[in-house]
Amino acid sequence: MSKELAHPERFFGDRFGMSERALERILGTALERKADHADLYFEYKNSEALGLEESMVNHTAKSVSHGVGVRVNAEERTGYAYSDEVTIDRMRLAAEAARAIADQRAEVPALQIGTPVPRHALYDVETTPLEIPLEKRARLLEDIDRTARAHDPRVKNVIASIAAERKIVMVATSEGTIAADVQPLCRLNVSVVAEDGKGGRQIGTFGGGGRVEYEYFLEGERWRQYALEAARQAIVNLDADEAPAGEMVVVLGPGWPGILLHEAIGHGLEGDFNRKAVSAFSGRIGQKVASELCTVVDDGTIPLRRGSLNVDDEGTPTSRTVLIEKGILRGYLQDRLNARLMKMKATGNGRRESFAYAPMPRMTNTFMLAGESTPEEIIKSVKQGLYAVSFGGGQVDITNGKFVFSASEAYLIEDGHVTRPVKGATLIGNGPDVLTRVSMVANDLALDSGVGTCGKDGQSVPVGVGLPTIRVDGLTVGGTRA
Amino acid sequence: MASFDVAMAEWALAEAKKKGATAAEILYSSGESLAAGVRLGETEKLTSSRERRLGMRVFVGQSSATASTAEMERSSIADFIADTVTLARLTAADPWSGLPDPVLHPASFPELSLSDPECGILDADRALQIARAAEKAALGADSRIKNSEGAEFDSGRYQIMLANSQGFCGEYEGSSFSLVVQPIAQDGNAMQHGYWYTTNRRFAKLEDAEAVGKTAAARAVRRLGARKVKTTRVPIVFDPEMAAGLIRTLAGAASGPALYKGTSFLIDRLGQQVAAPGVTIVDDGTMPGALGSKPFDGEGLPTRRQHLVERGTLRTYLLDCYSARKLNLAPTGNAARSVGSAPTVSTTNLYLEPGQYTPEQVIGSVKKGLYVTEMIGFGINMVTGDYSRGAGGLWIEDGKLTYPVQEITIASNLKDMFLNIEMIGNDLHWRSSVVSPTLKIAEMTIAGAS
Repeated sequence: MSKELAHPERFFGDRFGMSERALERILGTALERKADHADLYFEYKNSEALGLEESMVNHTAKSVSHGVGVRVNAEERTGYAYSDEVTIDRMRLAAEAARAIADQRAEVPALQIGTPVPRHALYDVETTPLEIPLEKRARLLEDIDRTARAHDPRVKNVIASIAAERKIVMVATSEGTIAADVQPLCRLNVSVVAEDGKGGRQIGTFGGGGRVEYEYFLEGERWRQYALEAARQAIVNLDADEAPAGEMVVVLGPGWPGILLHEAIGHGLEGDFNRKAVSAFSGRIGQKVASELCTVVDDGTIPLRRGSLNVDDEGTPTSRTVLIEKGILRGYLQDRLNARLMKMKATGNGRRESFAYAPMPRMTNTFMLAGESTPEEIIKSVKQGLYAVSFGGGQVDITNGKFVFSASEAYLIEDGHVTRPVKGATLIGNGPDVLTRVSMVANDLALDSGVGTCGKDGQSVPVGVGLPTIRVDGLTVGGTRA
Repeated sequence: MASFDVAMAEWALAEAKKKGATAAEILYSSGESLAAGVRLGETEKLTSSRERRLGMRVFVGQSSATASTAEMERSSIADFIADTVTLARLTAADPWSGLPDPVLHPASFPELSLSDPECGILDADRALQIARAAEKAALGADSRIKNSEGAEFDSGRYQIMLANSQGFCGEYEGSSFSLVVQPIAQDGNAMQHGYWYTTNRRFAKLEDAEAVGKTAAARAVRRLGARKVKTTRVPIVFDPEMAAGLIRTLAGAASGPALYKGTSFLIDRLGQQVAAPGVTIVDDGTMPGALGSKPFDGEGLPTRRQHLVERGTLRTYLLDCYSARKLNLAPTGNAARSVGSAPTVSTTNLYLEPGQYTPEQVIGSVKKGLYVTEMIGFGINMVTGDYSRGAGGLWIEDGKLTYPVQEITIASNLKDMFLNIEMIGNDLHWRSSVVSPTLKIAEMTIAGAS
């Protein structure tokens, strides 16, 4: 990281000409009515993306964005105003708009900001991919293209992209704290289209990344693995049969299938939904919601991971939160507002897409701890079922608890053996009881490769998931073969 | 503040040429909005926003790059332009890239009434009052409505300017108003979420707030007691909201980028039958006052009214200039631009023409089947058309809606689903920019209980 960013808390003051005294005055304006909390969130983001299609790096895009958001909380109310002009005048107007949420006039408390917040050092990278010459990044995409095409003559098209960003954030709060962070993020994605020459066409996708340096993609030739994995998946799916329909035993492979936890459990345990008692998990802390084999955590402190943060977007250091411990529901994911209202601890899960949004409780990296079975034992235990190893997206209705996630690579299990590939299908279940049906957990916990993005209330944030191989005794598989 | 106007755009385009660009395009967008939310009668949130973004696309011969910035000072913009030209030079020369053929730019723009002449952004008090009235109506509609995720009223204004180095320059502005209500119905331990909304460019044309609240409540209450049905194959009736999702997906498969990348199930289907003979789907960017209308598309070409599907036959693809050149077809005025990225394709106002049956007649024709009112998940493979999504709704027995259904999936292939549209409702309502009447599909697989 360049020297100017060794002290990110000085970045905004230097760049936009603002002193801590000026920030105190803005927070003072925000607090002129009776409020519990106010904060200023500054963001400055550089991003670049390169895209390859038809063996040509023909798309390049870059962007610079910045802005400031002013938030005032009074009891359960949130006033939020933002502007992409980072000036004292604009911030004062924003503070006046945000404080409209609070009704009575109040004495402005004496404010002194400057207390630094302890933060992790999870991604102190030397350089971000933004600093790697564009030609070098373009050549990597071309190598991916060649590798995927060479894998099999049925590969007809390769679409690859590399996107990188560096986000500098700073949060100054009415409690006097100031937290700043430099957040690198990048991802490399590969899609491969294959044709069987008989009219059949299929797609395979793979990718990875995190809060990492460009070298990450070169280590152990990760880029090659992404290209081959996408090609392999497309080819496998060319021969896939109709997927079965109905309730059956499902074995989920390690890694990205952890999206099960994200949808079935994670969203339902976000503090806002529970404070409002609109989640199927509301009021269930201490109850059994999973088999004893299941311990599920959300951990924002894993170095270099896509879902990790040194501090969340409210300036709270991230943490490891146990959501389910040996089957018992233990905790919620909290931002400041919901933690205060529920008299719980903020867990460092207050996140936002950008300065244009107020924060809310969100997941970071959500995964299940490893068990003691081996993946082979689990497969062998199944007489008839589905083995799903790769997934696209998922969604949940947090109020009735029903969730879906869609397989993009799956096989039948017949008499303890993985047999034929079947087409992708959506799996549907009930969040509060799906984990009670987990009868085996393997010792092969893996986190996903780093391409996950979670959407909630119109805001997208990068997240991670993870899972060991598990056996679920009964999940509805949405195929066409009834 | 430095505001961006036509003179600035001309300066920026000239600056790009000076830096070595052979062609350039500027997009400036700005907007303001206020969102007001209430929950259980109390004010919950007020969000006020102000945004402006400058986007640029430059060409150096056949090489191009796209960039966007929030830094609006002239000196910053000059650096930004120089950077973008450098980026373009580093990009592969692509024989299909380029601005539109200049003769395709319109000489004048239609008046589309995209802005409300009577009403600007509502002040917080008024917006809160409307949200409160809507939520109150929902909470009072049924004793089983016991909780709420609140109601929100949003209003906003935006301005767009697009100019390029071959003389095109166009500007327009628009307004939008919307109200969303989300009550929660509860019966014993079971909870169900309801959702309803109204949105329009004209404030006076929004549906009545209380009516929106009551509809949201009814939609939540009717889901109470939902159960899983057994795995089976039956006719499926999509309500208008869910049917709109189907035609949006079809339009996605008909869009240029998906076609030339090989990621569409409609490749090589132009002129062929892709839907039942009664199905006509129109994309019309020229409807005055409509949510998806605009005087020109993201590359400065006129929007138009065109048949995507006419009596079952696929009549056109939806194309921007790049995908049109690749496919050796003419662009269709469907380019969409956001400041930060190269043009892509989107629909404008997309609708399936209404048929002759009332929704009751459509439902009445089904002996055993499902009326779908909710869907979750993304289980669509656009390459193959394979379709498998989470669904909820009401079970149809002997032509009548009976108990609510949940935790099932419905699956088929979109190619078959469109060919097997058996009945089309007469209930087309312009509630959003993509709308459909009730649709009945002859048969799909329901996966549920064993």
